[in-house]
Amino acid sequence: MVQEPNGPVVSGSGDYVTINIGPSHPAMHGTLRVIAQTDGETVIKADPEIGYLHRGVEKLGENLTYHQFIPITDRLNYCSAIANNVSYERAVEKLMGIEIPVKAQLVRVIMMELARIADHQVCVGILGVDLGAFTPFFYQIIQREEIYEVFEWYNGARLTNTFGRIGGLDADLPEKFAEKWPGLKDGIRKANDETDKLLTHNRIWMDRTIGVNPFSPEDALSWGFTGPCLRACGVKRDMRKNEPYYLYDQFDFDVPTGKNGDVFDRYMVRLKEMEESIKIIDQAYRMYLEMPEDAPLKAKVPKIIKPPAGEVYSAIESPNGELGFFIKSDGSDKPYRIKIRPPCYMIYQAFPEMVEGEMIADLIACLSSLNIIAGELDR
Amino acid sequence: MEGWGIIIIKIVFIWTWTLLIATLMTWIERRGAGLIQDRLGPNRAGPFGIFQPLADGIKLFTKEDIVPEKAHKILFALGPILFALPAFSAYAVVPFGDKIVLGGKEIILQVADVSVGFLYIVAIGSMSVYGIVLGGWGSNNKYSILGGLRSTAQLISYEVPWGLALLAAVLLYGTFSLRDMAFAQQGVFLGFLPNWGIFKQPLGFILFMVAAYAEANRVPFDLPEAESEIVAGYHTEYGSMRLGLYLFGEYVNIYTLSALIVTLYFGAWNLPYVDMSKFLGPVAYGLASFLVFFLKVAFFLWLFVWVRWTVPRFRYDQVMGLGWKSLIPLALINLFITALFVQFTA
Repeated sequence: MVQEPNGPVVSGSGDYVTINIGPSHPAMHGTLRVIAQTDGETVIKADPEIGYLHRGVEKLGENLTYHQFIPITDRLNYCSAIANNVSYERAVEKLMGIEIPVKAQLVRVIMMELARIADHQVCVGILGVDLGAFTPFFYQIIQREEIYEVFEWYNGARLTNTFGRIGGLDADLPEKFAEKWPGLKDGIRKANDETDKLLTHNRIWMDRTIGVNPFSPEDALSWGFTGPCLRACGVKRDMRKNEPYYLYDQFDFDVPTGKNGDVFDRYMVRLKEMEESIKIIDQAYRMYLEMPEDAPLKAKVPKIIKPPAGEVYSAIESPNGELGFFIKSDGSDKPYRIKIRPPCYMIYQAFPEMVEGEMIADLIACLSSLNIIAGELDR
Repeated sequence: MEGWGIIIIKIVFIWTWTLLIATLMTWIERRGAGLIQDRLGPNRAGPFGIFQPLADGIKLFTKEDIVPEKAHKILFALGPILFALPAFSAYAVVPFGDKIVLGGKEIILQVADVSVGFLYIVAIGSMSVYGIVLGGWGSNNKYSILGGLRSTAQLISYEVPWGLALLAAVLLYGTFSLRDMAFAQQGVFLGFLPNWGIFKQPLGFILFMVAAYAEANRVPFDLPEAESEIVAGYHTEYGSMRLGLYLFGEYVNIYTLSALIVTLYFGAWNLPYVDMSKFLGPVAYGLASFLVFFLKVAFFLWLFVWVRWTVPRFRYDQVMGLGWKSLIPLALINLFITALFVQFTA
């Protein structure tokens, strides 16, 4: 490893300079660290070091009951905690063989898609900030606050939502959502439209993103890419379409894909996905309104969750890609082992390959467009 | 020749005025950002937060002055001074109005009407790069070094089209004095346009403008302090008033560059179609010319803020490419056309 914390300006290894980017650096979202060897402005070797946000999430799971672990999952990808909660709950439900009521499925879909929009808004906004365009970030973040308002109505939490219970939900969709949604939808669309106008066809933006860190579909698949980063490479794979769960097979929505897998494609895929999510929420909400008022929100589950001994793997399409939970149960009220498959972890492994030979500014753009979240990377 | 007293008054005036504008600019920048980004910006200190710069100034002056242990003490101290000093001195030859008659004495609204004002501006303008590169080097920080190197390359590259655009203006107006350039822009051009530089030098204006943004290290050319890439670039290690000098110097630079743009391309204090000196008294005319000039400058100051919050940042190689592959050839073509034009119309 090239490590040289307090060395001289010009390092001993030839004409290269080792630059330590992170873990405390404006562009390192969370606590990522990249040790980069540079020749002038060109990155010769990038060595990502992970683990600065390691909290032993998986080990914690072994000492908590199944319900107690839900708040821990909030802290994985904290930009879209609801997706993590649902993914975990769904795994436990699968292990126990529980089918949750339709109404609960619809509320979960609505909240998950809201979380997806919120996650993409942060990613698109931050990508702008990292490339020097500050303003779109605010347009996006203002709308994200509106989404958080809905989350807050649901159970009081804005960021770490602790959404749902094993077997269904504890509460119904807030009533105020009916009047909030049309305005919220327009707001999100307007913010995306403004971002699009400010960035997409801006010459500087195009120069900075098109053809930067392109990635081929074959490489992406062999590195285990999922989510927007994979779709940007041109592979039309989305868990919601390929392995539909809940009612996703009944909704009409597209899976946007890119072509070159460069920073621009990743940005465009995320922008377009927000629009698709709006479509899904519209349809899900219409179906939700048709449900009877007193339809159950929770399946019949025992007070103390004790799944039968066995193993299960269950994954959903989280905003970042395939978020899977592997749970092994020994029949007690605590999981024997929990293993999380975060999408970032696979994507980040390809990071050195993507940035080596590019410039420092591209390294930052690449990291930002991959949307590496330290919370789910280090767990 | 004006008396020493008047000269000193003018120097003190322009010094405080520039300082005031630079101070206000920090507030306008942040309020402008708020306006553009759908938020409020600083609004606590005084009405509309107008005293925010004052609070910032007090903070910068009273903060602990930290010098990194491994820093080169002399260069580290010299950096901000070398950056701010040329910024302040550059304004000396730029006019801020026509003239004012007080007690029978005619006072021109310019600190020094140097006959080679153009050369003075170019010479002083390129000095500020020393402040950046020495500060970056003296900090003994890799980010600072990168920032310093970026700014050196950038400033040197953009000095060339900047100077060439200025040179075309010199050919056009036939003078090195900025005050005479202002006089050359009175009246009308082609019978209906104001006789302003922008109409005679449209390409020159664009080149000058782009180069000016690069000279001032402003978005989209703010690579030397690219926050998301190299933390704060050359001033990463600076704090307290040393940092304040860098930030201040930047705004003073912006003010000088805006004033230069107005002087060269927007008729300085001349209003289109109207000759103010014909119907205004000498004192009123002096004040009016000052006001007209300042309003034009204010627009360009605002433009700097506007652009900053609108566009993304270039990459290092793109900045170099734009400078050497586009701006310099264009500036040479512009110079050539202007020379032909001057030759055949003279």
